[in-house]
Amino acid sequence: MIHISKRVDFEIFRGKAAWLNRYVGWAVRLIAVLLSLIVSGILIYSITKMNPVRVYATMVKGAFGSTRKIWAWLRDLVLLLLIAVGLAPAFKMRFWNIGAEGQVLAGGIATAACMIYLGSANIPTPLFLILMAAASMLAGAVWGVIPAIFKAKWNTNETLFTLMMNYIAIQLTSFFIPRWEHPKGSNTVGIINAGTQAGWFPKIAGSQYLLNVIIVAVITVAMYFYLCRSKHGYEIAVVGQSENTARYAAMNVKKVIVRTMTLSGAICGLGGFLAVAGADHTISTTTAGGRGFIAIIVAWLAKFNTLTMILISALLVFLQKGAVAIASEFSLSNDVSDIITGIILFFILGSEFFINYKIGFSKSSGKEA
Amino acid sequence: MNQTLAQIISLITTAVSFGTVIMYGSLGEILTEKSGQLNLGVPGIMYLGGIGGLIGAFLYETHTAAPVPGVGLIIALACTVAASVLGGLIYAFLTISLRANQNVTGLTLTIFGSGVANFFGGSLSKLAGGVGQISVASTSSAFRATQHLTDKLGWFDSIFLSYGFMVYLALIIAVVMSIFVNRTRRGLNLRAVGENPATSDAAGINVTLYKYLATCVGAAVSGLGGLYYVMDYIKGTWANDGNIEAVGWLAVALVIFATWKPLRSIWGAYLFGALYWLYNFIPGLSRSSQELFKMLPYIVTILVLITVSLRRKKEDQPPSSLGLSYFREDR
Repeated sequence: MIHISKRVDFEIFRGKAAWLNRYVGWAVRLIAVLLSLIVSGILIYSITKMNPVRVYATMVKGAFGSTRKIWAWLRDLVLLLLIAVGLAPAFKMRFWNIGAEGQVLAGGIATAACMIYLGSANIPTPLFLILMAAASMLAGAVWGVIPAIFKAKWNTNETLFTLMMNYIAIQLTSFFIPRWEHPKGSNTVGIINAGTQAGWFPKIAGSQYLLNVIIVAVITVAMYFYLCRSKHGYEIAVVGQSENTARYAAMNVKKVIVRTMTLSGAICGLGGFLAVAGADHTISTTTAGGRGFIAIIVAWLAKFNTLTMILISALLVFLQKGAVAIASEFSLSNDVSDIITGIILFFILGSEFFINYKIGFSKSSGKEA
Repeated sequence: MNQTLAQIISLITTAVSFGTVIMYGSLGEILTEKSGQLNLGVPGIMYLGGIGGLIGAFLYETHTAAPVPGVGLIIALACTVAASVLGGLIYAFLTISLRANQNVTGLTLTIFGSGVANFFGGSLSKLAGGVGQISVASTSSAFRATQHLTDKLGWFDSIFLSYGFMVYLALIIAVVMSIFVNRTRRGLNLRAVGENPATSDAAGINVTLYKYLATCVGAAVSGLGGLYYVMDYIKGTWANDGNIEAVGWLAVALVIFATWKPLRSIWGAYLFGALYWLYNFIPGLSRSSQELFKMLPYIVTILVLITVSLRRKKEDQPPSSLGLSYFREDR
């Protein structure tokens, strides 16, 4: 008979067993990632009949083949990471913020609006960047805090509320596209300020995306300390574990919920700033491009540890870039990257079971007691 | 006057045919959620169902010299059910057996499903050695065949009889599901599992079995929505425009709008369909303001969400254990 029991929670229990469990945990995750790579390899082989070894070689070349590709990898990595970092406080509080997609778009709209309306005002670049960052954070915060207020006051289901807010943001983007479209009749916004490059991230040390990396690195480290070492972070953890305990400890639960979601929304909004001013220089309904959803899974799998999120984002973005490289070599559809993302996430999600539970085999083959 | 009438009839038929896609999605999700499983993979399952049926019909039509529409229809239905149940099984295995988080697993399923569907939708004809868009005209015609009794019924005919059979199938499923959930012993067990799995377990109900079955049957029903969209609504082709995903989320929204009652999701679905396409019937809208009108279904859902949480009526609440995994030895 198979018997399943819970492993000792290594968050609480510190000692020799905790260290052992942590190693087991990472070993299990590593096996899961390897298995998912094998399954994806088999899948790609069955579609393309490409030698599996060449599959991975093409993927590595597609992601890291040139300096430009490495920078593109970094650019996408930090954007995904930033959104995941923004979601971390909300999820640690067990507030299901499924609305990152919308919060990113809201921030993107605010950034694009600044670029379009203030682009010819000759504001010095640093000041302009700060202005756009503030605008995008404000927009994202508003998008995030509306469901939080209803959750705090009337316990309105936040999962579905934030989900609906995504679509309102998407429609809002579609609303602005005809107003900002360039050239007329294209139904796209086109590259904003293509001539003047007003509001674009400046090159630092010759690299176009270095500023993106710096911004996200700072926020990631800051969020790590905010969650693990600050009073706010502690409050978030307590509210997440048990609202009643938090209330008993005289914490203002409503205030914590609203404050945390303002922060979460603001950082996701900043993701929109990075996407529009720092990468695409345009806005469309796919500016967030599903990252809001993938970031949820990144944040969850990393157990809200922002440093672990770096690893997971790096892996996922690598796989996506690699899959796109394979798809383009065989002129197949790019969506193969979503399939591979799905497979690897399924495996990691499934592996959590073997980390959280111990499976024992007892010799008696009779009925369960 | 006549023109207004024609407009109203046109709005109703648009609402019914679009609403049916949403209805399938939400009916499946209602059944799944009754067992306490919050499956956010509905859009992914609808994608899988849609592409499954399309691939089945496509392979049949390309390998047969003279495809019979009725055979294509059966093959498409079978492939849809198989593909969506497979999606449901992945979700069920991860969340029920491996106790993974339901929200995260559901979202992953949506990413996976949309990837699979858009990949094959975009590459299928190339993989099969052909060129251009996939088209399954023959099978699609079977899905779109209408049952006109006579041609003397005028508006009655347009409103009630101008749809393919899947529109009526959705109504039948809604009624059957409502009877099953509310009037049968097994339906009671299912609701008990969703409300309190530990108590149900103690009462001798096989919690795992109920959860698995509800998730997989629910997935099959949701998947039919994808099939209806592909075969009937867009006439047997594939469009990589993210519409199924948008409709899938609307279906999740409709579950709340219908407060977990299958019958209520019938008129809810038609209402959503009408709200979604309302902008087409309001004269003088600019391209921008059309987009604002498309927000309506989402705003209405938010309003319902808020109202439900404000009124706290007992019969309108979600199943108590919704979203939580059950482990017998947990305390």
